[in-house]
Amino acid sequence: MAFYSTNEFRSGLKVLLEGDPCSIVENEFVKPGKGQAFNRVKLKNLKTGRTWERTFKSGESIEGADIMDVSMEYLYADGSFWTFMKTDGSYEQLNAGPEAIKDAKDWLKEQDTFEVVLYNGDILSVVPQNFVELEIVETDPGLKGDTAQGGSKPATLSTGAVVRVPLFIEIGEKIKVDTRSGEYVSRAK
Amino acid sequence: MPLGWPTLSLHPQKDPHMADQWAPSAQIATLKMRHDLMRRLRAFFDQKGLLEVETPILSAHATPDVHLASIETRFGYLHTSPEYPMKRLLAAQAGAIYQICKVFRAEESGSNHNPEFTLLEWYQPGWDDQQLSQQVVALLQHLGLDRNSQYLSYREAFTATLGIDPLSASLATLRELAGELLGQPCDDYDRNTCLDVAMSFGVERKLDPNLITVISDFPAAQAALAIKEQQPDGFWTAKRFEVYCGGLELANGYAELTDAQEQLARFEAENRDRQTRNLPIMPIDTHLIDAMKAGIPACAGVAVGVDRVIMLCLGKKHIDDVLSFPIARA
Repeated sequence: MAFYSTNEFRSGLKVLLEGDPCSIVENEFVKPGKGQAFNRVKLKNLKTGRTWERTFKSGESIEGADIMDVSMEYLYADGSFWTFMKTDGSYEQLNAGPEAIKDAKDWLKEQDTFEVVLYNGDILSVVPQNFVELEIVETDPGLKGDTAQGGSKPATLSTGAVVRVPLFIEIGEKIKVDTRSGEYVSRAK
Repeated sequence: MPLGWPTLSLHPQKDPHMADQWAPSAQIATLKMRHDLMRRLRAFFDQKGLLEVETPILSAHATPDVHLASIETRFGYLHTSPEYPMKRLLAAQAGAIYQICKVFRAEESGSNHNPEFTLLEWYQPGWDDQQLSQQVVALLQHLGLDRNSQYLSYREAFTATLGIDPLSASLATLRELAGELLGQPCDDYDRNTCLDVAMSFGVERKLDPNLITVISDFPAAQAALAIKEQQPDGFWTAKRFEVYCGGLELANGYAELTDAQEQLARFEAENRDRQTRNLPIMPIDTHLIDAMKAGIPACAGVAVGVDRVIMLCLGKKHIDDVLSFPIARA
């Protein structure tokens, strides 16, 4: 893998830091009047999601990380792995472990497409679309006519996720959910 | 380290091919105010009888300073400062001179840096560094920077802000200090690197934002082209000063080294340092050495980052705000 010098640092560059793949978020150039210049860098650890701050002497190099963002279709889970298929026409299938799935687990519907981050060719993380449509499998009986006023109740979706929905929503209905907030948006059309 | 075109990362979120990149990054109103400031600046020197000069931007020689990356062209190097040819003019009895010119430093990009920027440099024969630093403050106030000033030695600045004496502290102490300031181990940093960390991430950030601060008497190892002298307690310092407004560095000046032998020795030491760092060896400016042999009058000289002064005068936070076309749009 290529090495990148500090003067090639830019946001979005994927590098290896302490063995973990990271994405550069921010890069600040700092130099005293004369003397050594520094790059103060904010990096997001792509494995843990945590943000790191590191200072490099300008001119130092670090190794790039082999990171690729691809679209993949979710196929099925077998209990320990989740299987995805590339949508680039190769039909190549890859398995994701629970670490990679964690944020997407609540929204995994078969045949839906996900943004998948590959690290050295393996699935590092899975990002759901901002909005997904899922079926309600369990909720308290609906209160017809109570559409005007607020009020909500928990509902379990086909993926197992629990979201709060308006009182008039019933079992068997499909709803649209914002995966970033985990909130109900509307009935699915 | 590559000396080529710096990677452009000023606005990483912006696509450099975006359609609005033809437009200047500074507002036209700002450029008009910049014009006014440049006129005031020239008036300051004209009133004091300094001679405005122009010297080559393109030269067969370049600075061996390990921390400056000259841009190399097919025909020579773009200068990083007009210092050497201006000193040759001093040797030719030009008297007090000033110059406003574009200089080039590869790999310097950020909110306070553009690889091509405007430098103001001037020399006062017969003056020392202290007198000249006072004139820098006077110039800043003349340009409308309505602030009081304070004068601190490098030692005083460190003691006041970090509680450490930079000259007597052990390397272990300095590494510990640098490590604290950066939040990461600095066990392989040398003395100067630790001091540079302390200056950039410690001292500068604690300077009073409402004051112009002159810091003088840098450690001898950071003398650059200044005369060195021994302090009463035995430590060697350099007659070099920096001028800050808040934490923003604006100017760097010296009581100028005029000794040809010493100058050559410093250049050669820098080139040896370059060799150990795998940096290209720079062709030493032999004209400067010869001028020193012919005789440069005792003098003080200073370089001021004009774009930063304009940023401060106009209350702008990013250097791009005062440049028509920064590197990403050049």
